[in-house]
Amino acid sequence: MKARHKRFAFIAAGIAAVAIAATLVLNAFRSNLVFFYTPSQVANGEAPKGTSFRIGGLVEQGSLKRANNSLDAHFMVTDTAKRIEVVYSGILPDLFKEGKGVVAQGKLESDGLFHADQVLAKHDENYMPPEAAEALKKAGALNEKTGKSLVTTTEQAR
Amino acid sequence: MIPELGHFALILALLLATTQAGFSLVGAARGNELWMTAGVSAARGQFFFIGIGFLSLAYAFYSNDFSVLYVASNSNSALPVQYRLAALWGGHEGSMLLWATTLALWTVAVTVFSRHLPPVFKARLLGTMGLISIGFLLFILLSSNPFERLIPAAMDGRDLNPLLQDPGMVFHPPVLYMGYVGFSVAFGFAIAALLGGELSPEWARWTRTWTTVAWMFLTVGIAFGSKWAYYELGWGGWWFWDAVENASFMPWLVGTALIHSLAVTEKRDAFKLWTVLLAIFAFSLSLLGTFLVRSGVLTSVHAFATDPRRGLFILGFLALVIGGALTLFALRAPKVGLGGKFGMVSRESMLLTNNVIMVVAAGVVMLGTLYPLFLDALGLGKISVGPPYFDTVFVPVMMPAIFLMGLAIFARWKNAALPDLMTRLKWAFGVSVVVALLLPFVMGKWTPMIALGLLMAMWIITTAVVSLRDRLQKREGGMIAALIHLPRAYQGMIVAHLGVAVFIIGVTMVKGYEVEQDMRMSPGDNATVGSYSFHFDGIQDQPGPNYMAAVGHFTATRNGREVAVLEPEKRMYTVQSMPMTEAAISAGLVNDLYVSLGEPVSEQAWAVRIYIKPFVQWIWVGALMMAGGGLLAMLDPRYRRRNKTQQGDNA
Repeated sequence: MKARHKRFAFIAAGIAAVAIAATLVLNAFRSNLVFFYTPSQVANGEAPKGTSFRIGGLVEQGSLKRANNSLDAHFMVTDTAKRIEVVYSGILPDLFKEGKGVVAQGKLESDGLFHADQVLAKHDENYMPPEAAEALKKAGALNEKTGKSLVTTTEQAR
Repeated sequence: MIPELGHFALILALLLATTQAGFSLVGAARGNELWMTAGVSAARGQFFFIGIGFLSLAYAFYSNDFSVLYVASNSNSALPVQYRLAALWGGHEGSMLLWATTLALWTVAVTVFSRHLPPVFKARLLGTMGLISIGFLLFILLSSNPFERLIPAAMDGRDLNPLLQDPGMVFHPPVLYMGYVGFSVAFGFAIAALLGGELSPEWARWTRTWTTVAWMFLTVGIAFGSKWAYYELGWGGWWFWDAVENASFMPWLVGTALIHSLAVTEKRDAFKLWTVLLAIFAFSLSLLGTFLVRSGVLTSVHAFATDPRRGLFILGFLALVIGGALTLFALRAPKVGLGGKFGMVSRESMLLTNNVIMVVAAGVVMLGTLYPLFLDALGLGKISVGPPYFDTVFVPVMMPAIFLMGLAIFARWKNAALPDLMTRLKWAFGVSVVVALLLPFVMGKWTPMIALGLLMAMWIITTAVVSLRDRLQKREGGMIAALIHLPRAYQGMIVAHLGVAVFIIGVTMVKGYEVEQDMRMSPGDNATVGSYSFHFDGIQDQPGPNYMAAVGHFTATRNGREVAVLEPEKRMYTVQSMPMTEAAISAGLVNDLYVSLGEPVSEQAWAVRIYIKPFVQWIWVGALMMAGGGLLAMLDPRYRRRNKTQQGDNA
């Protein structure tokens, strides 16, 4: 092979590698996007069945129930318009509290319950997870105070 | 009074930064020595005044001056003194000040340690750093003033977020910033080279030391943060691929590429433009990272809306720095030239491939980090990109890089022969494959990912051993003496590469063999997790300086023998009435035992997390080894000796 051919082969191989890598990356990217729905959207049947997504809102007062001999927990997530029942098995985050904002990731199962495999409540008492704030805002109930509490002192964990 | 003094000092610092940039750049353009000297003095003066500003704010925290808004929102009189001082960088304004202070520190270091640089070049370097400093000081003074008063003064402060009340908060941010900001020196070197239109191997040697130091700080800073997350967040993860972490990881990846490409530029006078481009990227990503983490954009892109000046300033500054640097690059690149040529199979080509892979990896991380922000900003809905994306993409992207890493240290510069490489490394390859295939069976579980991880780690280790053996055979005397007498730069490379192997082993083992169990336990209960048995002895209340703690008591046994007593805490911080989990960790070379308390689920019972994390400490040991390798390489006498002769020439 002449030097020119070699260089050409080198460049062609490079382009092929990049193309394959890009395809793989974008594929992985697409299949790992997690979409967000508000309880109202879920109630309207807009959320997908069988794939994982996120919901957000407030934990309804008095709705948290723990099982007697396991770590199963049931609670309601509401955007003040509609609500949805969430089932989760495991340890809830430190800042999980009734009346506070929460985000849960999981699937809507055929029993009509949202089976969460992850529950997030961020690292600050005043912090409202953006998704939860969004859900409330969409439901037209975001009061002035929670909106303002998105202070910059929150996201400093690391 | 003191806060006003600090504020005034920052204004003076801004004026001096302007002087520094103006005199240095104009002086360099006109060849006016006097002006260039004035630039150096201005740089030192700037450091002095930023220092005063920093100390004023520190004093306000120390003396609990709650008439300063920033102090009142980030501190509290009950806060222990080390956290009151660390609270200085607990929020946006203080972090920006820490950034500016660190930049001034690096600038002064440049004036002190670069006497050997040609004056015109040094002036351009200081001028560039002055411009960056102007940007940051303007930002602080216009939109993020930490000295703003609160009238009437608060009775007490709102306290530092309890999560940040940890020794990690004292060390992690300054060390990380030393790394972030340190890349500004490499950036300055790149801009100075473009302005001068000349890029020599000498340039690479000067830049290398500075870049390596910054990279070391960044490596240690990231490792620190990861360790902190591991013990503080209470669920035993060491890396979450969240945007804050990615923000520091992207410059690290590009910085790693940069220190390798600088090596080629120094040794072979090749990759010139690529090196310059990497220096620009590394610093741009540092800037991006700082703003991502500190501007509140991650909490919500709409946080910008509460203070549009901040958002606009940040976007404008980023555009100016990156756009300006790239424009200069486009104009000047042809003058600098590509540099030396090399064959298709050579050490250069392998290093270049790995460089490209590092940059691609950084791009992959960037896609996952920024895309959700873009969608949100454009109002196209909220999405999140989870760890699975990063895990599935990052590992395959990095695999060829790891393979080439072992190969490249044997390849000759300019032109290497593949068959020759293969014969020399067949032993290393064979051992790696056998270990990777068999070791998981010994450990009790075989999966492709575990085998792959071990293969990569073993490949790095065996190639390093072969390389060491080759080198030592050529030397006289005992093993140890010969090892010590190897060139520092080579030692550094081997140590850093072994660090990568140690890191990979840690990650592979934790991912492959960790046991995690969440359960409900009452005092007196026993739980078996992995080969360990945990007995929950009970729980006690115990007051802390600014919190109340419930302290659990667990005894871990293995085969009937007591191995550890673990006392995880659940703290309730009084000021913000915020609960915090303090995990109890019994760290070991082979296994970490990790116990943390969830919440009480009944009168007696608690939700308890018990994890066994095999080899998890290796992750941070590996990172420290990488940094240590950087330190060794930097201490290579070649840098000092030549610097000295250079100095002699100038005198």
